[in-house]
Amino acid sequence: MGLKFSLLMVTALILGVFLGVEALGLSYLFGVIIPYIALATFIIGFVYRVVKWGKAPVPFRIPTTCGQQKSLSWIKQNKIENPSTTSGVVARMALEVLFFRSLFKNTKAQLVDGQRLVYQWEKWLWLGGLIFHWSFLIVVIRHFRFFLEPVPAFVRLIEKLDGFFLVDLQNVYLTGVLLLVAITYLFIRRVFIPQVRYVSLAADYFPLFVIMGIALTGILMRYFTRVDVVAVKELALGLFTFNPTVPEGISILFYIHLFLVCVLISYFPFSKLMHMGGIFLSPTRNMANNNRAVRHINPWNYPVKVHTYEEYEDEFRDKMRAVGLPLEKDGTEGEKEAATTKE
Amino acid sequence: MAKLPKPDQLLNIDFRPPKTGWTETPVDFRPGTWLYPGKPESLQTVGLPNPRQWSPEDEDWKLPENWKEIILEGLRERLGKFRSLQLFMDTCVRCGACADKCHFFLGSGDPKNMPVLRAELLRSVYRKDFTTAGKIFGKIAGARDLTVDVLKEWFYYFFQCTECRRCSVFCPYGIDTAEITMIARELLNLVGLNIDWIVTPVANCYMKGNHLGIQPHGLVDSFEMLTDDIADITGVQIELSFNRKGAEVLYIPPSGDVFANPGTFSLMGQLMLLHEIGLDYTLSTYASEGGNFGLFTSHEMMKRLNAKMYAEAKRLGVKWILGGECGHMWRVINQYMDTMNGPADFLEVPVSPITGTRFDHAKSTKMIHITEFTADLIKNDKIKLDPSRNDNYKVTFHDSCNPSRAMGLLEEPRYILQKVCNNFYEMPEETIREKTFCCGGGAGLGADENMEMRMRGGFPRANAVRYVHEKHGVNMLSCICAIDRAVLPPLMHYWVPNVDVCGVHELVGNALVMKGEKKREENLRFEPIRTEEDEDV
Repeated sequence: MGLKFSLLMVTALILGVFLGVEALGLSYLFGVIIPYIALATFIIGFVYRVVKWGKAPVPFRIPTTCGQQKSLSWIKQNKIENPSTTSGVVARMALEVLFFRSLFKNTKAQLVDGQRLVYQWEKWLWLGGLIFHWSFLIVVIRHFRFFLEPVPAFVRLIEKLDGFFLVDLQNVYLTGVLLLVAITYLFIRRVFIPQVRYVSLAADYFPLFVIMGIALTGILMRYFTRVDVVAVKELALGLFTFNPTVPEGISILFYIHLFLVCVLISYFPFSKLMHMGGIFLSPTRNMANNNRAVRHINPWNYPVKVHTYEEYEDEFRDKMRAVGLPLEKDGTEGEKEAATTKE
Repeated sequence: MAKLPKPDQLLNIDFRPPKTGWTETPVDFRPGTWLYPGKPESLQTVGLPNPRQWSPEDEDWKLPENWKEIILEGLRERLGKFRSLQLFMDTCVRCGACADKCHFFLGSGDPKNMPVLRAELLRSVYRKDFTTAGKIFGKIAGARDLTVDVLKEWFYYFFQCTECRRCSVFCPYGIDTAEITMIARELLNLVGLNIDWIVTPVANCYMKGNHLGIQPHGLVDSFEMLTDDIADITGVQIELSFNRKGAEVLYIPPSGDVFANPGTFSLMGQLMLLHEIGLDYTLSTYASEGGNFGLFTSHEMMKRLNAKMYAEAKRLGVKWILGGECGHMWRVINQYMDTMNGPADFLEVPVSPITGTRFDHAKSTKMIHITEFTADLIKNDKIKLDPSRNDNYKVTFHDSCNPSRAMGLLEEPRYILQKVCNNFYEMPEETIREKTFCCGGGAGLGADENMEMRMRGGFPRANAVRYVHEKHGVNMLSCICAIDRAVLPPLMHYWVPNVDVCGVHELVGNALVMKGEKKREENLRFEPIRTEEDEDV
């Protein structure tokens, strides 16, 4: 249900922009107004969500430890997987954010011969995820060429590296292709692995279709239909310098591409895509396991009702005395006191 | 009680998800998979809400009239108190990396035992009431109303999670199902939904100082039985002290080790060791529980039970605290105690009086683990060991969930094992250290009425033991957790007969050469030592 719904939604969105630009001539709406709204939604929404998380207290230090703790001097600590210092935490987070360390641990468990569990090599999700995210990042950076004039050197360098391969005497950007391949893989595994399909929601398919649409239209424009790049850059620069204009003659493919990007970024803060910000705050990963050395403060720690030793001794005094356990109060004094008060 | 199926019947697991979507698939309260509800008296003892007689099999769970309001308000409150909860509700992308990491999923094939779906049980309700998308789009956004059936599903599956944190090792965002289960159980407790195997130990521990509810004189007697056995085996008579002021160290083992085999053997090993090195320590009858079933109830209950350790250490005027071999106990001590009940500024940084080692990694909490203490003794050559006394055994080591994934106590017990026995074999890499598998009965699920589920949940662990049993002839599964010592023996009996279970310090006790001991002919189990051949081949 989620799959069909998402596909329908994305198709409707594409149809909407097609009709809007081609039939109604709303190129200013789709070329200027919507991009501004989308960008504002993205920035405000993203910041709002991160601030909201950031404001929530972290009452306990609960890292998931994945290696040897720091204890005796002659036992080798795993300083990254079980960090006890800030630099260890930074290293752990860097590995997690840049290389998906935890996902790299993935294996596939299988029951063979109906009685033996075996754990098989399974790094495809890690590989697919890593390629997808890195490609996406590089593609985004490459697009800076449209927003900045002159084009910064690092953008040129990335383009050069990315476009190393020539196909029919034309530079083909590797990341553009990889992005499409990876996102397709992520979609296929979601549909074909029964368990993953079973847990998938519309919110899981929707971004996949939107990103697929973005990648496809991008590739079509670059290699097949040839949009008017000068006009596109004029529009992009106009947006970027808050001096928007809509040049004539930009292909509808571009409007679809741009609109899907707008959909993606404005959907971003309301969705699971916020994992991009969330990973940095995850308390099982971004805290040091130094609980026994440095006291962690819970801002809402409050006193609780406890059963005190005195109450305990009052209840068991006779039995404790009988087995010779030391007592705080010899019960007989209490009786004497009580007798005195009565008098 | 439900009849336990045979192992081959149990392994007839269907991993294909049902035809119906998970929100349309109701829970089947099949006997053997769920646990009896908490007794009203126990709830009353600790002041938990809605004490009553009820059964999960009944249609009417006798909930308070405004139960829905209570749960949603409780959820709202906790979202404001725990960043972890907010993040874990919001950031999951349902990639499925966690799915086959859960022992209950591997042993049952039930998709709601996939960590992702266990969390979705709560997430779906969260979306409905706390997110914009869920409020507007409802079902299509993965949101659903909180109904009695949803609540029943929560009860079933959040008491079918052992809070072992294995899934959180593999999650790319570190989403920790233990955290979600802990908070879900807090919510369930608000309307009186809990299980007796947790609530009654909690009530016992609160009033009497230990989960088993043993009164002070009973405790002293039980320890005496252990020292009598030690005297019979070694010829050395050990004098213990309880509630003694002015001792240097307060020693707190889990109470499970005092009363049942094979935990008793492990505790005997610890008592022998502490006697042999002449440590000035005392036991306490008031703080006679290392474990903390409050952890499986609520953060507040955890704090209420844990408070006794520092209170007793302060009353007795000891310098530092030594803790026994117990799993979840160390989650509490390592990740919660100091924050909840500290600062322990009346104690000193632990220093071993025997070796002079200063345990700086515990300089704030002032409590160290017995394997840290023993490893240090061995490293500094302070005790004499004869590992050949454990030659009957081919030993492997089960990392308990909490010491490995909430602490990282991996090498200390291994170092000890290497020194006290001659035959040690590791289980496969994917099943040890931070990837260790749960015994199937942690987090308060070690009851008898859910035996089928325990055997299912423990299957991945047993499967790895069987591997080393067949490959190396392993016949002894060692561990550092009292729940393990209670739960693993029936698991081994069911899946891998001929493999026994022991605590690490049982093997220390066997190997320990004591001053003035007689010739040892029996190990701590009163079995003859040094048999000529390996019986297990």
